[in-house]
Amino acid sequence: MSLALIVALPFLGAFLPGLMIRSGRNACAVSAGAITSLALVMLGLHAPAVLRGEVIQTRIDWLPQLGLNANFFLDGLGLLFAGLILGIGLLIILYARFYLDRRDPMGQFYTYLLLFQGAMVGIVLSDNILLLLVFWELTSLSSFLLIGYWKHLPEGRQGARMALTVTGMGGLAMIAGMLILGQIVGSYDLSVILQNKEAIQASDWYLPALILILLGAFTKSAQFPFHFWLPHAMAAPTPVSAYLHSATMVKAGLFLMARLWPVLAGTPEWFYIVATTGLVTMVVAAKIALFKDDLKALLAFSTVSHLGLITMLLGFGTQAAATVAVFHIINHATFKAALFMVAGIVDHSTHTRDLKLLGGLRRAMPITFAITTIAALSMAGIPPLNGFLSKELMLEEASHTVWAGIPWLLPVLATIGALFSVAYSFRFLGHTFLGQPRSQLDHPHDPSVGLWGAPAFLTLLVVLIGLFPMLSAAWLIDAAASAVTGEAVAVNIYHWHGFTAAFWMSVIAILGGFVLLMLHAPLNRLWLATPRPEAKRIFDGIVEPLAALARGLTQRLHDGALTRYFAIATVAIVAAGFAAFLGGAHSPGLRPETPVEIVPLIGWFLLIASAAAIVSFHRNRLLALVLVGVIGLIVSVGFAYLAAPDLALTQISVEVVTVILLLLALNFVPKTTPFESTRLRRGRDGVIATLAGLGSGALIYALMMRDSAFPSISGYHLANAKTEGGGTNVVNVILVDFRGYDTFGEIVVLGIAALVIFALTEAILRAGPANDRLLTWVQDQRDAGDRHPLMLVVATRMVLPVAIMVGVYIFLRGHNEPGGGFIAGLVVAIALVMQYMASGFAWTEARQRVDYHALIAAGVLIAGAAGVGAWFTGTAFLTSDFGYVTLPPLAPFELATAMIFDAGVFLTVLGAVMLALASISRIALRAGEKVNTAPYDTDLPDGEVR
Amino acid sequence: MNHWIIAPVILPALLAPLIVLGMRNDLVLQRVFGLAGTLALLLISGGLLYTASVNPPEVYFLGNWPAPFGIVLVLDRLAAIMLTLTAFLALMVQLYAIGTGWDGRGKHFHALFQFQLMGLCGAFLTGDAFNLFVFFEVLLIASYGLMIHGGGRDRLRAGVQYVAYNLLGSTLFLFGLATLYSVTGTLNMADLAVKVASLPEGDAALIRVAGVLLLLVFAIKGALVPLHFWLPATYANAPGPVAALFAVMTKVGAYATLRLYSLVFPPDTPATGALFGDLLLPAALVTLAVGALGVLGAVTLPRLVAFAAIASMGTLFIALSGFTAESTAATLYYLIHSTLATGALFLIADLVQARRGDSSLRHACPPIAQQGLIAALFFATAIALAGMPPLSGFLGKLLILDATRDNLTTVWPTILVTSLVIIIGFSRAGSQLFWKSHASPADPAPRAAEPLAFTAVFALLAALVALTLLAGPVTAYLQATAAELMDGAAYVAANRLPELP
Repeated sequence: MSLALIVALPFLGAFLPGLMIRSGRNACAVSAGAITSLALVMLGLHAPAVLRGEVIQTRIDWLPQLGLNANFFLDGLGLLFAGLILGIGLLIILYARFYLDRRDPMGQFYTYLLLFQGAMVGIVLSDNILLLLVFWELTSLSSFLLIGYWKHLPEGRQGARMALTVTGMGGLAMIAGMLILGQIVGSYDLSVILQNKEAIQASDWYLPALILILLGAFTKSAQFPFHFWLPHAMAAPTPVSAYLHSATMVKAGLFLMARLWPVLAGTPEWFYIVATTGLVTMVVAAKIALFKDDLKALLAFSTVSHLGLITMLLGFGTQAAATVAVFHIINHATFKAALFMVAGIVDHSTHTRDLKLLGGLRRAMPITFAITTIAALSMAGIPPLNGFLSKELMLEEASHTVWAGIPWLLPVLATIGALFSVAYSFRFLGHTFLGQPRSQLDHPHDPSVGLWGAPAFLTLLVVLIGLFPMLSAAWLIDAAASAVTGEAVAVNIYHWHGFTAAFWMSVIAILGGFVLLMLHAPLNRLWLATPRPEAKRIFDGIVEPLAALARGLTQRLHDGALTRYFAIATVAIVAAGFAAFLGGAHSPGLRPETPVEIVPLIGWFLLIASAAAIVSFHRNRLLALVLVGVIGLIVSVGFAYLAAPDLALTQISVEVVTVILLLLALNFVPKTTPFESTRLRRGRDGVIATLAGLGSGALIYALMMRDSAFPSISGYHLANAKTEGGGTNVVNVILVDFRGYDTFGEIVVLGIAALVIFALTEAILRAGPANDRLLTWVQDQRDAGDRHPLMLVVATRMVLPVAIMVGVYIFLRGHNEPGGGFIAGLVVAIALVMQYMASGFAWTEARQRVDYHALIAAGVLIAGAAGVGAWFTGTAFLTSDFGYVTLPPLAPFELATAMIFDAGVFLTVLGAVMLALASISRIALRAGEKVNTAPYDTDLPDGEVR
Repeated sequence: MNHWIIAPVILPALLAPLIVLGMRNDLVLQRVFGLAGTLALLLISGGLLYTASVNPPEVYFLGNWPAPFGIVLVLDRLAAIMLTLTAFLALMVQLYAIGTGWDGRGKHFHALFQFQLMGLCGAFLTGDAFNLFVFFEVLLIASYGLMIHGGGRDRLRAGVQYVAYNLLGSTLFLFGLATLYSVTGTLNMADLAVKVASLPEGDAALIRVAGVLLLLVFAIKGALVPLHFWLPATYANAPGPVAALFAVMTKVGAYATLRLYSLVFPPDTPATGALFGDLLLPAALVTLAVGALGVLGAVTLPRLVAFAAIASMGTLFIALSGFTAESTAATLYYLIHSTLATGALFLIADLVQARRGDSSLRHACPPIAQQGLIAALFFATAIALAGMPPLSGFLGKLLILDATRDNLTTVWPTILVTSLVIIIGFSRAGSQLFWKSHASPADPAPRAAEPLAFTAVFALLAALVALTLLAGPVTAYLQATAAELMDGAAYVAANRLPELP
């Protein structure tokens, strides 16, 4: 359990500093430090067992179905890295407390730092490669926050994004690699994977997996050609750079290569990819570092170079080289973290990091000078410091490794790398502290112990490991290297190896480095004169056009052109439909064709003619509306002809209502449709539409010509409508009983539609451009001479009671004869609409007391209640019942619960139509329609008032 | 008969008219009753989720008519999951709308909201193909009302496109249903499953047409390229909380696809075979790419989120197109994740927009009130939606990658490369919105804290965290759900169909 706790601690504690900042900066820093210390102590408790060679494990099931489990294990390698992460983390927390400015949000800083720390510890303790991936990407994300910490600096923001992009890309490649690796082995647990070297290296998927995983490692560890993000990440505050680029983030890639070394290393592929990349990175970055004037940039490239060195050693694939790699990881962390902190100190007291402006600080800042001297000499590899020991061993390994049959290549290049390393280390030291003091620097001085304490401690380690390697470091190296190589390692480190090749290479490097530094000025001119690829420009040159392309494409595709949207959709539908049809066997239907008779032929012709007329005249909207009405009428006649009186009645009343409402609405929109597309495009759309029409026609023909493969469910409806549903009109029984639930849904749709029309009207009538347009509305057509003619008024008044009677009649007989609530509602609605048309909205409105909202709501509620009522008899929603009642002097008649439901339908339909009408009328009033107080037009002067 | 099965439909269906009838002039009453209704819906759904996990699929015979002659509702694990997810998201969205005052900016918000829930719940519960159409209509008209809530030129214009495009879908739905009914003579889904499996060979072409037409309908709802064009403008112009609720609307398309094509048209159907998976996969891959490019190229924050929603639908359909138990479990996990994450991000986008007064991503604005908190919420949700660790998006993606390893060469590169593009898009947007503003010296305009609104966002994020931490048990439930879907026998048996003559 406690391993999981070590990982969880920084995450759990991450919000503590964010809160503690409220009681001051010290409390904030102490809280962060306490959490890290606690984790470090818990790690330390496991150290003795690990050093004895035990492996400590914790297993927690997380997503066992995938093989992703929160399994952790601690061996020598994990101990080394976790120790570095937490130990240096603690020093960074101390350093940052004194480094950050009062204006910097410190709480955030420590929160991000702890998140990052937790992610790093998670990587190095994971015993599951999927879990490792989780932490891996978390380091990318948390480092994004750390690098972009100074949000006001554009370099910070860009550097953060660049780091996230590059490491994120590597991480995604690694996901693929890890999944493949897990599938080769059949488990994602590292401890299992590490036992399966043969299976992995024999698999066809070894190379893809290797490349994908290495992409992740190389991007994280800033290996060539992905090294460019690291210097840009230097825009972060110095404590961040010191942490990320000495001991943690960039070491994650190395850790991964070391972790998977037992199963991935040892093949030619591994050697050529890893060792070569490391070698190139080491040399190239060391050369660049020499010519960087910014202290942190110099250190950044030096970091890249040293990471290359370690990568190269791991790439050699031998146990000895891997051991040296482990040793150098420790050494690099100590001297590089110290040097980063020194860069921050110098920046703090001189307000510059430019080597061209710095110089002669040794008197003003003696403590800093001492620290720098030791750390820089170690970086240069000067005996007896720890950097010397591991560099010497590296040269030793390089001297007897053959690359592609060329024995001298590796030793020579390694020496050149070391030579540059010496040169830039001396430059860092010399150009900052030696030489003449610069007068333009404003009283530089050593900082408080808070700032120099941490680097001083690290340089102490540099010296200790340098002088007594066997005592101070060998045990840790043994443990870690044993874990890396999977075999017991016992190192023997000493300073003097005799006059070996490595000795001479080292001498050449140190002397050459001196010479190079002496020649720095002319070389620098040469460097500046040669064209160099600027990483940021290349990066931006890829990302920015990509973003612009994405923007252009997205905007152009989704520009709101509805015609094109429909064209694309129609083409897709037609194509998919045809493809589906052609892919299967089709036997044509067997129904006989009905003989052609004259009446339907006329109807058919009228239908086609009016449809064609709409296509021709649709720009005249009034005409189009009339034609739509014609089509509706023909369809309803068709229904009647085909013996579907219910449908015919419904269709015709729906037609009347919709045409009236549309006519009223049309009053407030232009009467013609403008030409918006070119002739060519209309031609294209015509072709598409024709294809779609032919397709649907063919489909309907095919359907009408056949019987269903199995008896259809309508047989049951026909057989049971009377006996079970209590009605002889099967259509109505289907609507209110067999499928009453559908009807319930549809009346809700109608009700919602009316509510939406009302809400939409409200929105339009609020102050705004639409309202302004209405207020200044100019009628584009003349009014009829008499708006409310007496004859019409009288006629509608007389029709009203009759219409209501008809409505009631249609409603009541619905269950057995054509009719029902839906049609009745429409009929009554039409009668009411006619009153409005005859006498005007305001006059009529003043004479009715029912609110249409309430009508709709009551309708839905009654229909729902009719359904719920069945619950009380223990049956399902909408279960109906019916019985026969005798009320003298009437003949016995039937009462069915379905009638209650139908009443709900009736009310909803009526309310919905009327609310729509009322909404349109409100728009008309806003547009200046005259309000009449009299029921019909008179010649009296006060017959009309505004 | 378990009447609780129909409660998720009836409760909002009766609450909405009650609100219209008795409370339409009082916002406080509407809020109280609306919230109570949604909370009750969540509790009922939770109960059904439990019921479905211990019982086999259960059928509710409406009007006591036997299947396939009447309409049935079917409660199974999948339906229960969708109900619970919908109710939870809806409750949070409602809290947010109340907390920000969005609900008062137009008429009938709460009534329409309940009707919308009725439509969603009805669609998830129904076991009848035509009834599914009816509830699609309820959904559509209610969502149109919500979408244009508050009015404004751009919103109304986008609303017209939304409703017009979806009416195309409705028309297509009718064509599909007509074809289905003409060939099989039935509409009950279980009955369809039985009959489609034993159709004579000569009906193959027509049943394929029916299947494809319906698939296209669901593709419109699910915003699959090239039928996604309605989505960006709709989601970007809808009120923030409505867009957040719409996160579950696209899932209706995914749900219907999963339901119909695992039950009625499973890959072993002789007439259709792997047709639907083969159509879905390429469309889903392109959808993901279009969505990712849109995230990178978005010019406003709401459009960015809208394209992220499209991308997540692409990912979802990639998994869905597999129609295996493993891929279905992955689909469902990702579906839950994507709904919550998309919803949360729309709410956050609304928080930003309300404070910034500007949604453009092309220029920086001065800092906004509660910037730190909102930035943190944006960061966390963007991570989830981009599929980065540690949140559920990453787990969902891993599950999908694992389930699609047979298509390793096409699916994996698409998912991974688009992930990178989305990450870049989000990092650019976040940096523009929350970092660049620090370069401006201006102090943010003060603004009330809106605790309800933040509670809603936090709750959605908390749900994502829970989904992550409880991935094991959740996946176990989903695997059982997938197994139930892959083997339709229990579903069919629950319908108690008459013997075929």
